[in-house]
Amino acid sequence: MSITFWLLSAIIVPAALGILFVRKAVHAALLLAAVMISLAIIYLTLEAPFLFAVQIIVYTGAIMMLFLFVVMLVGVDASDSVVETIRGQRWLAWTAGVVLGALLLVGVAQISLGTMVGLDAANSGGNIEGLADLLFSRYVLLFEVTAALLITAAVGAMVLAHRERLEPKPTQASMAAQRVRDFSETGRPLVPLPSPGVYARHNAVDTPALLPDGTPAEESVARVLAARGTVRSAPALADDITEVQRTLGDVDGGPAGGATGGTDQASGSGHNTENPEAGA
Amino acid sequence: MNDVNAYIGLSAVLFTIGAIGVLTRRNAIVVFMCVELMLNACNLALVAFAHQHGNLDGQVAAFFVMVVAAAEVVVGLAIIMTIFRTRRSASVDDASLLKY
Repeated sequence: MSITFWLLSAIIVPAALGILFVRKAVHAALLLAAVMISLAIIYLTLEAPFLFAVQIIVYTGAIMMLFLFVVMLVGVDASDSVVETIRGQRWLAWTAGVVLGALLLVGVAQISLGTMVGLDAANSGGNIEGLADLLFSRYVLLFEVTAALLITAAVGAMVLAHRERLEPKPTQASMAAQRVRDFSETGRPLVPLPSPGVYARHNAVDTPALLPDGTPAEESVARVLAARGTVRSAPALADDITEVQRTLGDVDGGPAGGATGGTDQASGSGHNTENPEAGA
Repeated sequence: MNDVNAYIGLSAVLFTIGAIGVLTRRNAIVVFMCVELMLNACNLALVAFAHQHGNLDGQVAAFFVMVVAAAEVVVGLAIIMTIFRTRRSASVDDASLLKY
């Protein structure tokens, strides 16, 4: 028992301290999940198998999942600001916290709480049965009040998360009309943007499609990739095109040697199909 | 070591870390996690005391703490979402005005 306790303490305390120092909320959530699972195992050593299961299902399962959902909605990179709105607040908080911890630890160290009785007698009829006996006899009023609390919390969360729809929901017809209006007013393309890599040598999302004249279509690559700078550049593509033309010229351009004029006109796209016609 | 003091000591350390976190962190979600840490520390103390005294009342109390924590998290995170929707920020410093 003692080895389990000290091993788990060696996990819990660094993980909990890590919550204070990590910048990102996701990392804090993961560290908190580690703390909670370790605490669940400590509950098991303290002869509380029901609380072990509830700790993992409710805390690690439900509550941490809820935290991760909100982190996802708020934005993973919404990290802490280090600006102090109250001067010296951080140092005061740390001092107060350390003093509180020292006070608690000195208090715990000074008192003697005696040895543990253990729950063998109380758990003799089963831990869950014992808890149920207490829950539905001595604590039955508390249990009913808990029901009221839970329903209040559920309704409160629904009211807080509810958003009144101020404008009618867009339908397919209204979206099509909006597209045409955008096209006539701002010249935004009416048709979908070209998909990447269709007429280019590669079929990957980072390769821009080639227009009929052989130039790459910039709008065919996602803006995110362009911002990251992972789009294959146009000169590289041009090399690709000449390479393709050379191989094609080697393979079937040999007999149809006079077809180079045809490939110049339709370089890049479509010369697979036009070459034999031009040669014929 | 059949002593409850070690468990209470760990509980005190966890509670202190949670309190420091609530006081120092600025991200509302992390502040909330630190509150959860403090509730867990109290649960550990309750379960340890239940084990020491040899009855199950402490475990029932810990169970109720978990229920209240679940309700609190639901409402609290909904409030954080509402504030984020209007202010585009989850920092507790930005929510310094009750209106606007």
